[in-house]
Amino acid sequence: MKSLVSFLFAALISVTAFAQEESPDAMVKKITDEVLTIVRQDKDIQNGNTKKAIELVEAKVLPSFNFQRMTALAMGRDWNKANPDQKKRLTEEFKALLVRTYSNALTSYRDQTVRYKPTKMQAGDTDVIVKTEIVQPGSKPIQLDYSVERQDNNGWKIYDVVVAGVSLVSNYRDTFNQEVRANGVDGLIQMLVNKNKQLESGKK
Amino acid sequence: MKKGFNVKAHWEKHLRSTALVAALLCGGGAFAAESPNDPYEGFNRAMFKVNETVDIVLKPVAQGYDKAAPLPVKAGVGNFFGNLSDFWTSINSFLQGKGGDGLSDAGRFLINTTIGIGGVFDVASEMGLDKRSEDFGQTLAVWGVGEGPYFYWPIIGPRTTRDTFGWGVDWAVDPVRQVDDVALRNSLAGIRLIDLRASLLPAEKVVDQAAFDKYTYIRDAYLQKRRRDVGQ
Repeated sequence: MKSLVSFLFAALISVTAFAQEESPDAMVKKITDEVLTIVRQDKDIQNGNTKKAIELVEAKVLPSFNFQRMTALAMGRDWNKANPDQKKRLTEEFKALLVRTYSNALTSYRDQTVRYKPTKMQAGDTDVIVKTEIVQPGSKPIQLDYSVERQDNNGWKIYDVVVAGVSLVSNYRDTFNQEVRANGVDGLIQMLVNKNKQLESGKK
Repeated sequence: MKKGFNVKAHWEKHLRSTALVAALLCGGGAFAAESPNDPYEGFNRAMFKVNETVDIVLKPVAQGYDKAAPLPVKAGVGNFFGNLSDFWTSINSFLQGKGGDGLSDAGRFLINTTIGIGGVFDVASEMGLDKRSEDFGQTLAVWGVGEGPYFYWPIIGPRTTRDTFGWGVDWAVDPVRQVDDVALRNSLAGIRLIDLRASLLPAEKVVDQAAFDKYTYIRDAYLQKRRRDVGQ
C-alpha cells in the first residue's frame, strides 16, 4: 500500500515536471483559457468584484510571471541603483500594482474571444514573443503580445505584456525614472506603496 | 528618389514652423521640460484639462449608449464606421508601398460595402481578410518625416506634430464630411464620436488604476503605440 502511494506520488511529480516543459505559446493558451472559462461563469467578476478577480489572478496567473524582471524592465538603468532589499520591495509593490490593474481589466471582459497566432520560435530560443489577438464584435482586433523567457528549470515565464503596441511595463519607465531622479529609489518605493494603498482603500 | 527627399524636406519645414508657433503660444521655454518628448507640457496639460471638462458631458452619453444598445447594434455601428475607414486605410497602404495590404484593405471595403450591407456586417474578417488601420500620419512616417514634438489638442487629443498634419489630411478626406445633408452629417459625426468614446471605456478603467498621473500615462502610451505602428 505504502509503495503504491509513493508510486502515485512519483508519477504525479513526473507529470508536473513534464508539464513545465510545455512550449511558451501552450503555456499562454492554457492560462488564458483557464482564466476566461472562470470569468465567463462568474457573475461577481463580471459585475466588477475586483477582490474576486485578484484571487483568481493570484491562483492562476501569478506563477507564470517573472515580476523581478518586469520591475527591472520598468525601471531601466535605475534598477542597478537599488540594493537587494530595495529591489525586493520594489518588486513586491510593482507586482501588487500590476496584479490589481490586470484583475480590474478582467472585470471588463464581455463578449471577446482570444485568437492565438503562430509563434515564431526556433530550437534553442530562450526569449520568445507569443502573439494573441482579442477579437470583439464591431471593432478592430486588439493585439496582445507576451514576452516570455526561458527559466533555469526549463519552464517559461512572462516578463512583458504589450497591448495594442503599448508595453504595460515600459510605459512606467519615464514616471519611474523621474521619481528616482527627484527622490531616489526610496522615493519610488514610497510612491508605489502610496499608490497601492490608495487603490486598496478605493476598492469595492 | 529625389522626389521622396523633397517631400521629406517639405514636411519638415512645416513641422518646424508648427513647433515655432507652439513655442510662441507657450511663451517660449517658460516650462521646464521634464520629458524630452514633451517640450510643451504646460500647454498640453492645459488642453488635457479642457478635454477632461468636455468629457464630463461626453462620457455619460457614451456610458448610456454602451448600456442601452444591444450588442448587434453596437457591432453594426462600429463596423459601419470601420468600413469607411478601411477605404482610407487602403489608400494609405498603397501610399506606403504596401501593395498587398492595400489590395486586401480595398477588398475588405468592397466586400463589406456590398455583401456586408453598407458595412454593417464585417463579412471580410470572417473570410480571413484582417482589419488594419493606416492613417496619413503613418504614411508620413514611412516617407521619412520625423515625429516632432508631442501635442495634446482639444477634442482630438494626443498627436505628435507629424500626426497632427496627418490628422489634418485624414480630416479633409473624411467621408462623413462629404455628406451634403447637414442633419445627417451631424448625426453621423455625433454617433461616431459616441461609438469611439464608448470603445475607450474599458481601457480608461484600466488607465485610471494603473496610472500615477493620467496625463503622463496617456502620453507615453500614445508615443509607444505610434512608434510601434510605424516600426520605429
